[in-house]
Amino acid sequence: MHGYSIFRRLLVAGAMLAFAASAQAVTEVQFWHAMTGANNDRINDFAKKFNESQKDYKVNAVFKGSYPEAMAAAIAAYRAGSAPAILQVFEVGTATMMSAKGAIKPVYQVMADAGEQFDPKIYVPAVAGYYTNTKGQMLSFPFNASTTVFFYNKDAFEKAGLDPNRAPATWPEVMAAAAKIKASGASTCSFTTAWQSWVQLESFSAWHNTAFATKENGFGGSDPKLLFNGPLQVKHIGNMQEWAKKGYFTYAGRKTEPEAKFYSGECAMLTTSSAAYGTIKQNAKFKFAVAPLPYYADVAGAPQNTIIGGASLWVMGGKSKEEYKAVAKFFKFLSDPERQAVWHQTTGYLPITLEAYELTKKSGFYDKNPGTDVSVKQMIVKTTDKSRGIRLGNFVQIRDIIDEELENVWGGKKTAKEGLDAAVERGNEQIAKFTKTSKE
Amino acid sequence: MAMEKRARFRSWWLPYALILPQLVVTLVFFFWPAGQALYQSVFIQDAFGGNLQFVGLDNFRDLFNDEHYLASFKVTAVFSVLVAGLGLSVSLVLAVFADRAVRGATAYKTLLIWPYAVAPAIVGVLWVFLLNPSIGIVAFWLKHAGVDWDYVLNGEQAMVLVVTAAVWKQISYNFLFFLAGLQSIPKSLLEAAAIDGAGPVRRFATIVFPLLSPTTFFLLVVNLVYAFFDTFAIIDASTSGGPAQATEILVYKVYKDGFKGLDLGGSAAQSVILMMIVITLTVVQFRFVEKKVQY
Repeated sequence: MHGYSIFRRLLVAGAMLAFAASAQAVTEVQFWHAMTGANNDRINDFAKKFNESQKDYKVNAVFKGSYPEAMAAAIAAYRAGSAPAILQVFEVGTATMMSAKGAIKPVYQVMADAGEQFDPKIYVPAVAGYYTNTKGQMLSFPFNASTTVFFYNKDAFEKAGLDPNRAPATWPEVMAAAAKIKASGASTCSFTTAWQSWVQLESFSAWHNTAFATKENGFGGSDPKLLFNGPLQVKHIGNMQEWAKKGYFTYAGRKTEPEAKFYSGECAMLTTSSAAYGTIKQNAKFKFAVAPLPYYADVAGAPQNTIIGGASLWVMGGKSKEEYKAVAKFFKFLSDPERQAVWHQTTGYLPITLEAYELTKKSGFYDKNPGTDVSVKQMIVKTTDKSRGIRLGNFVQIRDIIDEELENVWGGKKTAKEGLDAAVERGNEQIAKFTKTSKE
Repeated sequence: MAMEKRARFRSWWLPYALILPQLVVTLVFFFWPAGQALYQSVFIQDAFGGNLQFVGLDNFRDLFNDEHYLASFKVTAVFSVLVAGLGLSVSLVLAVFADRAVRGATAYKTLLIWPYAVAPAIVGVLWVFLLNPSIGIVAFWLKHAGVDWDYVLNGEQAMVLVVTAAVWKQISYNFLFFLAGLQSIPKSLLEAAAIDGAGPVRRFATIVFPLLSPTTFFLLVVNLVYAFFDTFAIIDASTSGGPAQATEILVYKVYKDGFKGLDLGGSAAQSVILMMIVITLTVVQFRFVEKKVQY
């Protein structure tokens, strides 16, 4: 009798505990990202502030290595049934994520299911467009986007007898400046470029409103054909090869290695991501300025707009309703104009919403930090089918192929035409392979 | 009753229990992944594994039709021959001298063993710091000596960089084994030869080297396997396979296509081919090279 009542009391207590727990249960979601340094701190800060702002949901921001590493980790986790709810994926991974039906849940759906108000029109078109399908539905949440800009060393310009307050606007002007810099010995290297495929081919094509691939650069279908061996691109890469021979252009690596050559003072001019601003500002012991990406003035429609790089946030599939609610609330939290404005101003990434841009403008940030609005101005225009972005399957491999072939061109092993033709042919093989693996 | 020299276990299960951990490790970390690679190499799938299609030997056919994959074979051959060849000869020379050193032998040996404790990725970064065209001190000297040093664009120089780094790391290991091998050679043999009038070179060629052959053979196998697989981190941290494909060895391509490119079928097919190569090499070594080895 006695034992029975103890058992019953325990049962009741247990039930009450369970009830209490479910009433106060905090839904936790994992957020895997690839942000390092100051940007990592900012993300942790976002998560912390979000967690403090309400009691029902908790976002755990976890650093998972570089972009490819974070993506590979999430894929392995997905296969093992323990994927994070939110995953930061770099822009070239977009097609892979899109075709992974079931593995992801499109953002517009997450927001609709959670009943969150969500207007895709508040986002900067050139940024959001990259992550939107042809029906105008947003698939992933734009987060950190940068674009391609031109940096130059004002001190070196002065030494070479150039006007330090006027940046060369076109490629011929860049090379005229490079020649002067080399002849005067103002610096040992005149010009270099980071992210050669992104800057000198992808963004270059959009900037001149020239197609990079068929089917609206891949936005209009999953089997585009590459077009970047057209006359304009061949001319530009050929010019760069010529400049390399003359010693005006120094190749320094595929990723950010050339940035180090710029802020060490070795190279006087650099094309790279606008997000390099922070690093350059921190390291450069000379006056420098940011300017729009150079173009060819004789091309009709140039300059159009440049293409974004960076990453967006994808929501993974197979999670509970509550978890998706948490994700929706967190995205809503991130879209807040004030928060976006701070993100834009402290990281050098583009503002994601138009309102964040207006806020930053009103605060006088651009006047105090000249050049920081260059990237924004390059992007806040109406995009065309040739400039909205590039979406290709196996884009990671295609970029590697382009890197390899361009290295052949800079090294003088191939002409610009031969290099680009080979890159297009090999790239098309990669796209065909991707289409085969992703077909229903 | 004749005395049994062999030690015997009293219980029947103890020997099995003792080898069980090793068996489990081998099964889980070797046989299972190898089986997975074999299985995945005949499929294509999207990155998330959602769309598995059986394609038979298509992945292999694609690879052998790809001139860039075939080029990777050549790179791997050059790389591994250089790494094994240089690694063995340099450390043999060092070991011979360390064996003869009278003063400071311990310090000398310790210094030579040091690099082995350095992780491969660190080795890659270390040599990049020395040889980087803009910040490297050695690159600076080279430029002053009139060498147009730029491994970022020059494939041969990139190969020099990764071979140097890979050899530098492996020298310690080879050195240790060679030194142990040298010290186990009976002094009486060498003294007898010396009395008979054989000079140091002759003594090395006719006595030391033949007696070292088991060690050399063992090291040859280990070094080739090292060059094929363990140098991955060095390459990843220094050249990432570039410029163009000048330093893209097979194992690096497996990683690049599989983990960065997420082409799991193609990457698995490459691992299977790599596995075949290593099996073949090992069989060849034991069959033919070992015959000439004097134990």
